[in-house]
Amino acid sequence: MATSVNSYRTGPDERGHFGLYGGRYVAETLMPLILEVERAYNAAKVDPDFHRELNYYLKYYVGRPSPLYFAERLTRQLGGAKVYFKRDELNHTGAHKINNCMGQILLARRMGKTRIIAETGAGQHGVATATVCALFNLPCTIYMGSTDIERQAPNVFRMKLLGAEVKPVTSGSATLKDAMNDALRDWVANVENTYYIIGTAAGPHPFPMLVRDFQSVIGEEVRKQLHEMEGRLPDTLVACIGGGSNALGLFHPFLDDRSVSMVAVEAAGLGLETGKHAASLTGGKPGVLHGNRTYLLQDDDGQITEAHSISAGLDYPGIGPEHSWLHDLKRVEYVSATDQEALDAFKLLAKIEGILPALEPAHALAEVIKRAPNLPKDHLLVMNLCGRGDKDVFTVAAALGIKL
Amino acid sequence: MSRIAARFARLRQEGRAGLVTFTMAGDPDYATSLGIMRGLPKAGVDIIELGVMFSDPMADGPAVQAAGLRAHKAGASVRRTLDMVAEFRRSGDNETPVVLMGYFNPIYIFGAEAFCAEAKKAGVDGLIVVDLPPEEDHELRPHAIANGLDIIRLATPTTDAARLPKVVEGASGFIYYVAVLGITGTKSGAIEQIQESVERIRKSTDLPIVVGFGIKTPEQAAEVARVADAAVVGSALVEIIGGKGDTVRSALRFVEGVANAVHSSRRKAKADA
Repeated sequence: MATSVNSYRTGPDERGHFGLYGGRYVAETLMPLILEVERAYNAAKVDPDFHRELNYYLKYYVGRPSPLYFAERLTRQLGGAKVYFKRDELNHTGAHKINNCMGQILLARRMGKTRIIAETGAGQHGVATATVCALFNLPCTIYMGSTDIERQAPNVFRMKLLGAEVKPVTSGSATLKDAMNDALRDWVANVENTYYIIGTAAGPHPFPMLVRDFQSVIGEEVRKQLHEMEGRLPDTLVACIGGGSNALGLFHPFLDDRSVSMVAVEAAGLGLETGKHAASLTGGKPGVLHGNRTYLLQDDDGQITEAHSISAGLDYPGIGPEHSWLHDLKRVEYVSATDQEALDAFKLLAKIEGILPALEPAHALAEVIKRAPNLPKDHLLVMNLCGRGDKDVFTVAAALGIKL
Repeated sequence: MSRIAARFARLRQEGRAGLVTFTMAGDPDYATSLGIMRGLPKAGVDIIELGVMFSDPMADGPAVQAAGLRAHKAGASVRRTLDMVAEFRRSGDNETPVVLMGYFNPIYIFGAEAFCAEAKKAGVDGLIVVDLPPEEDHELRPHAIANGLDIIRLATPTTDAARLPKVVEGASGFIYYVAVLGITGTKSGAIEQIQESVERIRKSTDLPIVVGFGIKTPEQAAEVARVADAAVVGSALVEIIGGKGDTVRSALRFVEGVANAVHSSRRKAKADA
């Protein structure tokens, strides 16, 4: 990858690297299993039956394609670019997470695995995993940081209703990164029957690749839908990033369309200058965690530091390795939005479009609010509205000082 | 001959198995940790394995995680760990092999080349980097080799016949066989399976085979010592260090008990036969 890049869509290489990033930094116990997942995925990828089955469930169970919606009132208010929302919050379970879960559970079934584990931050991935496990009658254990269990109570209850076991994780900062540690520990102890549905485009190869592939349905639909509505490609794509799967899902199909610019929004928490944020690209440096090399929030001794964001889904000190690569190549612009900016965006969208966005895409919306007014009126901007905000009403109420 | 090779040569000569202990460098603080380390050879330890603290130890159970947190609070770092090894060597022990065990990120951030050079200078003999399988260790291995440090590879119950050659190729010092599917300090492996695996690995390498994970008592250690070249005791010792009272004394007393059991296990096995 040292040569100039002819295509941004060919990664990773056969060893799972995106340039410097990615790879398979896992304990030997997991290595044979990860190689097996890779073999199974490569076989599934070229099997028309696998795609037929996946497309069936995406259409009739998830509700795809999700609409591409022209936000007319918001566009008028901002006075610049035409703002479209990709409404992935209208998927079954209320976020983009289910696209990936559906793909991975079908893969797990092909591999003959009989037990599913997953980590979750905001709880959206946990709910999506618990949902597909209920659908396919597989037992499921979800690891969730105890801090997140507290701030995402509705999702915890949903997972339990769906039949999942939710295991609280108290180690470290008791958030997403620690949940991922415990999920990996579970996997090491149960390699024979268990499949780990990783929720974002991170972790050891092949996960960053396969999660990206399963999420790419978002961008593929946008391409088709916008063509029908406007007869052309978008000019700017905007998405939030924690691990980065919804952003990659939107961006990846457009990476080689040079006219399309892309903006990913990290969580700046209380502000980058305070150190209390989750902006690994802006405030971190490359390191190795959770099976891959990528940008990480860490100290000078290589110890991972705690991330902060009002949004549990972005509260992770790392990011998917493909984003690190796209960042260094400058193909995607990486910016950030604070807790406060996300809250303001959340309130605005509720009032002006009648949509409660999740706090995660509220970060993307904050960037749209900054950017759209300075763009010409014929500029087509598509933002991934990747989750709905029902789960966040308690967090938002608390932040606004309102008792429910 | 490296300290590790010399130690196994001596064990072979004496017809006995060895004891490897794992402690976390800087746990519960630098002075206590160094005090324990200094006492280990006299208590019967043949190889000292020293943990390098990492915030996210994905292969470790609660005991080692807690040890890492204690060490971190007391100011442990890669640099302080190397200082500790250097101080151990300065106090006169030039024979007991010291192996560092940890995760790649702290080494990567220190710089793999600088780390290997400094580790050698401090008196380290080998490295076990848990999350660096053969597929990824090309960034560390050349520097380790250049500095005469052994790269100790892990083999596990999932390392099948097809994969084993990849693991042993380029390994040096010894092979560390992980006796259980799982993390440190949790379940224990069945001795029949451990024996079978050790015999399987012996067919593809001449390196000594050391068995660890889930060995908590002198009895279990003795059992493993009958089939392997050495047994590792970690979490059980780390739990004592995390306990109350004179942890140096209680840790070393525990180690003595395990060492006696390990060192006499083959004699006892012969006598029983």
